[in-house]
Amino acid sequence: MPPITAPSDTPLLSVRDLRVQFDTPAGTVRAVDGISFTVGAGRTLGLVGESGSGKSVTSLAVMGLHRRARVSGSIALAGRELLGLSDQQLSRVRGRRMAMVFQDPLSALHPAYTVGEQIAEAHRRHFGAGRRAAHRQAVDMLGEVGIPEPARRAGEFPHQFSGGMRQRAVIAMALSCEPDLLIADEPTTALDVTVQAQILELIARLQEQRRLGVLMITHDLGVVARVAHEVLVMYGGRAAEQAPVDDLFRQPAHPYTRGLLDSLPRLDDPDDAPLRAIPGSPPSLAAPIPGCPFAPRCSRAAGADAGVRARCAGERPEPVGHGTGRLVACHLPLLPSGTSGSGAPLTAEETR
Amino acid sequence: MTPPTAPATTARPGTALLSVRDLAKTFPGRRRLGRPAAPVRAVDGVGFDLAAGETLGLVGESGCGKSTTGRMLVRLLEPTAGTIAFDDQDITHLPQRRLRPTRRHLQMIFQDPYASLNPRQTVARIISEPLLVQGDSARDARLKAGELLDLVGLGQEHLDRHPHEFSGGQAQRIGIARALATGPRLVVADEPVSALDVSVQAQIVNLLERLQDELGLALLFIAHDLSVVRRICDRVAVMYLGRIVEIGGKREVYETPAHPYTRALLSAVPLPDPVAERRRERILLLGDPPSPASPPSGCAFHPRCAKAQDICRTQRPELETVGSPTRQAACHFPDSP
Repeated sequence: MPPITAPSDTPLLSVRDLRVQFDTPAGTVRAVDGISFTVGAGRTLGLVGESGSGKSVTSLAVMGLHRRARVSGSIALAGRELLGLSDQQLSRVRGRRMAMVFQDPLSALHPAYTVGEQIAEAHRRHFGAGRRAAHRQAVDMLGEVGIPEPARRAGEFPHQFSGGMRQRAVIAMALSCEPDLLIADEPTTALDVTVQAQILELIARLQEQRRLGVLMITHDLGVVARVAHEVLVMYGGRAAEQAPVDDLFRQPAHPYTRGLLDSLPRLDDPDDAPLRAIPGSPPSLAAPIPGCPFAPRCSRAAGADAGVRARCAGERPEPVGHGTGRLVACHLPLLPSGTSGSGAPLTAEETR
Repeated sequence: MTPPTAPATTARPGTALLSVRDLAKTFPGRRRLGRPAAPVRAVDGVGFDLAAGETLGLVGESGCGKSTTGRMLVRLLEPTAGTIAFDDQDITHLPQRRLRPTRRHLQMIFQDPYASLNPRQTVARIISEPLLVQGDSARDARLKAGELLDLVGLGQEHLDRHPHEFSGGQAQRIGIARALATGPRLVVADEPVSALDVSVQAQIVNLLERLQDELGLALLFIAHDLSVVRRICDRVAVMYLGRIVEIGGKREVYETPAHPYTRALLSAVPLPDPVAERRRERILLLGDPPSPASPPSGCAFHPRCAKAQDICRTQRPELETVGSPTRQAACHFPDSP
């Protein structure tokens, strides 16, 4: 893991009040409903959530890959607003300044072209490099991501690669244009755990060498604990809690974060007491949620007096600053007495 | 390919509910461009005992043969070789009709709850099915289905709904209710929680633990998630490329792993604790698991093993006792606790 440095003043990626809505026959689905975060150069933000939390929709919005969705808010890469750019303008940013790695490496690789050709193609398009130079660069990249005999493997097709090697090749392709931001959406979920360890190690090494900003989308809190500097926990299309990684795991302030950590069986925990599961299941986003999306499953809300319960059910909690770098969207946050913040919602400037 | 003529004699009568010996499954290689490919030895000589009421975790990475093993045990797949004895009866090659009385005691839970539940049937019908097969009347079966829904924490009011009306966790509860309908003594659960969200996964893990405890079930829990297995199982068997490389009590395998693969596997699991993660010593394996179509010579793990010597490349290690009588590892150079 790279050393934790102070966040720089101008964030590499700044997302403000992002909303992504889909019109479906069943109504408008608010897949992402007002999310704000920043990713600094050389930093990793872990975006955690369960299925339907909106984490992947968020990453696709940043890449500008939504076709039939209404996207609003602001997405700025190194100060430049991306929302509203034409497809042509956006495709120059995409790949060159930011690149994405998906869960399934085969979805990012064309079956009929060699791996080397595909990496060279990206390089040629963005740098106007010659055929031979681009091929040399592709072989270098394959070597850099740890593919043995890169010159020979560059001439092979994706189906000749194992799952781990394919994901390495996709990472090589993503990084061949020297982007500043890497968006990795569940990059190791389809891989075996021993191969996952290799890929996470690889991303961390490349990040350190290139001062990459990384947006790591995952459902796996173990992966987050291993790679992230900051963590944003999403639930029902909204931010539940955002905090530096150590703070979040040591002292989760949102009842959902706490519930997630409590419900995890741990490899290093010999305790055989039953897991503390969260009752119920994640909400449907087809109808607007007036209050806190977690309220129906929240034991803290259930145990509160009627007035607070009504607030949890009917009034949307806004992210409020608590301590250094922590934002919590909860009417009843779990905080030790004396450390609660100002109670006022932070503005975009303050969270930077 | 010849079926064994005698039942497994190594099973100790009265001690093991399930006794598996030298179980193997070979799939014919797929033809590619007209050329036949090498046969795939998905399972290559697996043996273990499971006592009544005991939970055994079968762990390993994709392609290690754990699911194939599970499917053979409930006779969804025909073994190529070896024996399966259930309650001292050799069921390896029993025809389905004669298997029926045993089927009652031998059930399975699948990974994808939606794929394993018929979308056209009501929950009552789905849970009743195995009871009807066993000869219950329709009315009795429906009555029992209702009780089972209560048992798995869903409630009778859901009897006449269809699978798509349920969340993943609820659908898995229905799958569990169906598996329990006939009062089985052994349930094979193949990745029963890996398709579920983290917050829901814990509900199902707790349910399985409670049921296993209340009903005295033996459970073969097949999973790639070592943390879940640690929670739920008494014993653990680690598979690599079609073979068990280590088997033993949960504590000894997790705390003092003897096989280098077990050690690497455990060290690769990310812990939900950033401070512990930074302090941890990690064993990074090189490369990917090999293909069962072309297994390496000797010990299948040797190309990825830091301890490999000449003997590892030529001679396949057999399971041998390491440290305690309850733990075995197949390694020429095991770590002794």
